[in-house]
This record gives sequence, structure tokens and C-alpha cells, in this order.
Amino acid sequence: MPIEPNARGYFGAFGGRFVPEVLVAALDELEGAMRAAFADSTFWNEYREVLRDFVGRPSALYPARRFLGENVPTPLLFKREDTNHTGAHKINNTVGQALLAMRMGKRRLIAETGAGQHGVATATVGAKFGLPVDVYMGALDVERQALNVYIMQLLGATVHPVTGGTQTLKDATNEAFRVWAARVEESFYVIGSVVGAHPYPYMVREFQKVIGEETRAQCLERYGRLPSDVIACVGGGSNALGIFSAFVDDADVRLWGVEAAGEGIASGKTAAALGAGSVGVLHGSRSYLLQSERGQVLETHSISAGLDYPGVGPEHAYLKDSGRASYVAVTDDEALGAFHDCARREGIVPALESAHALAFAKKLALERGSDALIVVNLSGRGDKDIAQIRALGERSEGTR
Amino acid sequence: MKLADAFASVTRRRPAFIPYVMAGDPDMETTAAVLRALASAGATAIELGIPYGDPLADGPTIAAAGVRALAAGATVEAVLALVARIAPEISASIVLFTYFNPLERYGLERFARDAAQAGAAGAIVPDIPLEESEELRAIFAHHGVDVPMLVAPSTPPERAAKIAAASRGFLYVVSRLGVTGAGSEPDFAPLRSQLSTLRAATDLPIALGFGVSRAEHVRAVAGEVDAVIVGSALIDALAGLRGTDAAAATTRFVDELFSGS
Ligand SMILES: Cc1ncc(COP(=O)(O)O)c(C=O)c1O
Repeated sequence: MPIEPNARGYFGAFGGRFVPEVLVAALDELEGAMRAAFADSTFWNEYREVLRDFVGRPSALYPARRFLGENVPTPLLFKREDTNHTGAHKINNTVGQALLAMRMGKRRLIAETGAGQHGVATATVGAKFGLPVDVYMGALDVERQALNVYIMQLLGATVHPVTGGTQTLKDATNEAFRVWAARVEESFYVIGSVVGAHPYPYMVREFQKVIGEETRAQCLERYGRLPSDVIACVGGGSNALGIFSAFVDDADVRLWGVEAAGEGIASGKTAAALGAGSVGVLHGSRSYLLQSERGQVLETHSISAGLDYPGVGPEHAYLKDSGRASYVAVTDDEALGAFHDCARREGIVPALESAHALAFAKKLALERGSDALIVVNLSGRGDKDIAQIRALGERSEGTR
Repeated sequence: MKLADAFASVTRRRPAFIPYVMAGDPDMETTAAVLRALASAGATAIELGIPYGDPLADGPTIAAAGVRALAAGATVEAVLALVARIAPEISASIVLFTYFNPLERYGLERFARDAAQAGAAGAIVPDIPLEESEELRAIFAHHGVDVPMLVAPSTPPERAAKIAAASRGFLYVVSRLGVTGAGSEPDFAPLRSQLSTLRAATDLPIALGFGVSRAEHVRAVAGEVDAVIVGSALIDALAGLRGTDAAAATTRFVDELFSGS
């Protein structure tokens, strides 16, 4: 069974509700509606139906035979979240939250976005269900991710550039919380990862755990056993918890979260909250975060916009401190190498976020033998990253 | 001065005045001049903001003031040093206004002790609700630093009563859903429906804030609340000013705010 937070939303010492009083009633209302929906099989039936017919689930568990190269015999599987509608795992969560919003009688959706993937996934369900969507996006990101801004607009969403602070995802999230505070009566805040105040981290994980449930069943059916290792990239941590949650009770399955080291943890230009951060409070919950000695949240760096976030979901903080999951970090260059390897050897252009998980799989496979079975959560496809990769210039081969 | 004493010495019939200023915006000397001007203009208490880069409860005006103060180098230590310098000079109570993360990083115990030593009467922490603030309230009470709590329009009556009972110094009633800022109009309807619950739960002065920015707002609630909290409108009025210019603008702002009250 996946880990349950306590009544106040804590996973061990992490989580909780560190929000202005004005949001407490909204979070209480959300939690009540969520619990009622989760106990109602008609809610889950509808969720599964939308995932099947609209998202295209289940996604495949694909044997990646060439990615590691001929000399590495370790069996490797990709969980293909990149084949979901809109190209990433994010839509599993937005479908769930949109259904819950409608059940609560909310008429508008609010979302924050960094790279635009969660914004697109929210705009998509908004269009499908006929709910107007307001997306808050850092002004810098609006510039950097012009294509996704345009896609959101095509889908009928309004994109609001956020000019405060560092003008990135952290500030977009602040703004989404503020706007929600002012419009709690009619609006539902669709948060994009396992972050935020209780019940968001728990709720988002419940909407992503389908990844792990499918993976587990597919693995048992096809290979007659569980994986030896499960690897996922960690930004806020939703795709990782989505796949981890089905395996937390399987002590023999090693869980690996891969953060963005950026230019290297020692460089200070990093986004590895668990690897380089310390415990604090950001966006409503207690977890690890990248902060100064004075408790100011630091600017982060990663080549991958989806991992470029100073915080991380509280359940990951708990899994780290309890030792149940291990967290490692991969640099921009290592991720780029894995990106190119995956494109050339598997015919799959991965998201730069997912390329972090792939880069660690290359390292881990060298330590594991042919009797291991490594699963990588391929959280998204790389179409959104093509312009950036192209701008970085041609690179002939991967890192090997 | 202790908040209880500051409120006890209020003699005028108009609501007590609690302005908010961001410490170190644009520099500490200007803040010192503004604090003195506010006290001379009759402020009962002054909320002194400690800048934070991610202020969830604040609108654009105060958020931008925080960014300016941080850029100018304002730190918790520097703000406390300012308090230690100004508090003995002025009749108004100083209430620090700080987000939780920088406070916790500084150390709850250390902050409470240093704030008390500097002469601060209280501390408001806008991003932790009742449930998460138990330890903080106990520590601050031990050091004699009042922690005023916030009630929002969305707070149900039973919860509002609990918050009122836990509050110290005064009770901060938020006038509208959302964040600080002078942009949109305050809404007094939620306040009016909450007042009897709140009065039954506490004898503390009730202060109304968020969006209170003009003389007509003050007049509209005079006789209903004990104090008005005004932040963003004051910061807007001081935009770009330093030192004595900022102090003069402060005096004008207060005169205008209470004209007709
Ligand atoms: C493809 C992809 N993977 C991973 C992430 C990181 O988010 P999380 O850690 O919540 O899975 C993102 C975020 O935008 C993404 O687009």
C-alpha cells in the first residue's frame, strides 16, 4: 500500500499546511471532496475511462534493447508515459483534478506552469470538459517556452505572465496560490506535482499511481517477476511517486529518484533539492528546498525546465530520510548524452526531464548484471525540447 | 511598548492606526524616518515587514517592496537592529511581520529572544495557520512577544473563535479573500457577519486589514473595529522617496487617511 499521510498531511516530519488562513477553508473543502470522491467507485470508473479513451492508457512497458549498448547485458524497460496524449505523465493528474473540480461544482481552473507541460495538460482537460483555464507562468518562461504558450492559447486557456520574483515556476506557483485565495469560491487550483499544502501532495500521487500499478502488473505478466530497480526523474516528484507507489512495500525493489544536478551540485547552479538542499517550508509544505542560510529560496538551474524547481514533494523527503528510496543527481551534460543515445538507439526522443532518469540508468546498469531488471519511467517525450536542443548545437554522438 | 499598553492609551474615537512598512525599502534610514513619522502621526502599532522573496500572502506592492529591501541588503539581523534603535524613541508598538521560512531558519527561540530584547512587541507570521503555529506561539509567549493571529472571510465561525482565543496583542481580521494590496475594494460584509463571534471569543482589539487604503474605508468601519491596518497604500504613497521626503509623505498620507474621521 502506498504511504498514507497522517490527519494533518504529514509523511513523517514532512508535509503539513503552511498557508495563509484564507486558504485553510479551501483546503478543507478540497480534502473533504477528495475523500468522498476517492471512496466512490463511480469517480474512479470515470477517471479510468478518460485515461483509456482520451489519454490512451495503459501505456506500454517497452524493452529498450539498444539504449545501453551491446556490451551491457542488463535488461532495461521504459514505461512509456511519453505516449500519453499531450506527451507526458502530467495529464493523468489533470484529468483527475478536473473531474474532482466538476464534482465540487467549480467552474474555472487555475494552474501554474514552468516549461508549460502542466499548463498544456490543464488547458487540454479544460477544453475537453468545457472549463475556462487561467495559467500562471513566469514571464521568463513565457519567453523561453513560446511554443507551449501558443498551444495553451490554441486550447482556449489564458496565459498570465508573472513578473514578480525570479519570473519562473516558483513565482508562478506563488501567484497561482494568491489568485486561488481570491477566487476560492468558483475556482479550482490544479497543482502540477506532488507539492503544495495538504492534501495536494497526496492527491496528486493518487492520480499518478496508475503508472506504478500498470508497471507492476505488466512486469509480473511479461517477466514473471518484479523489477530490481525503478528509476524516475524528480522535479516536484509526481512521475516518480506515480511509479514508486506501487513498489514501496516490495523491499527488494530499489527505488531511485534522479534530480537535476544542473552544472553540478558543487557549482551552485543546480536544482537538486534533496541532494543539495535543506529542510524548510515552501509552497505550503515542509520538505527539502534550495535556500540560503537566511532562509531565502534560491534560484535554481537545470537544462530541463520541468526539473528547474527549488523544492520537492514532502513524500520524497520522507522516502529519502527513511532510506526507502535513494536520490541521485545527474548533470545537464549527462542528461544531454542520454537524450541523444535514446533518440539514436531506440527511436524515441525523450523529454529532457526523462533523460535525467535515462542517464542514471546507464550508470546503474554497469553495476547490475544480466539478472537485474531495470525500469525507467520515461515521463515524457522531447518535442517540447527540440528548439532548445537545436539551439545548443549539433552533437554527433552520446557521451560514450 | 507592549501592545496592550499601546491600545490602552488610545483616546481618540477614530479607529487606532496600524500601518505596515517594509524594513529596508529602499534603505534602513528611510525606514527609520518613516517609523518616527508614523509614531508622531498617531500610529498605535506599526507592522514592520521583514523582507522575503516568496510572500504568499502579499500582493504586488508589498512583494515588490520586499524585493527592493532584499536587494538593498536587509536581513533579519539588520531589521532587529533597527527595532532596537527606534523602539525606545517612539510611543507606537512595533510588530514584526515575517514569513515562516526565514524565521525558522533564524531559529524560533533565537528570534523570539532577540525580538524581545530589541523591544518588539509582537510578531505576525502570515503563512502559518493555527494548527502549525502551536510551538511558535508557545515560544513567543515565553519571551513576552505577542503573536496576533489572522481570521479570513472564509474562516468558519467555530474556527474563527479558536483563532481569536489563541491570538495575542490584537486579532487581525482580513477584509477580503486574497492577498494584501490596495487595488481592489475591501469588502466589509464578511467582517460584519463575523464580528459578534469574534467579540464573544476575545476581548482583544480587532484590527481590520487587506485592502484598507482610503479615508472612506476608515470611516466605513469606524465604530465597528478597533483598528485599521494599512500597508500597500502607504508603500505606494512612498514610492521612490527617501529620508525626510518619505517622512513628509508619510505625514501627509496619514492626515488624508483620517480626514473626516
Ligand atoms: C516530462 C516531464 N517529466 C518530469 C517532469 C517533472 O515533474 P515531476 O517531478 O512532478 O514528475 C516534468 C515537469 O514539467 C515533465 O514535463
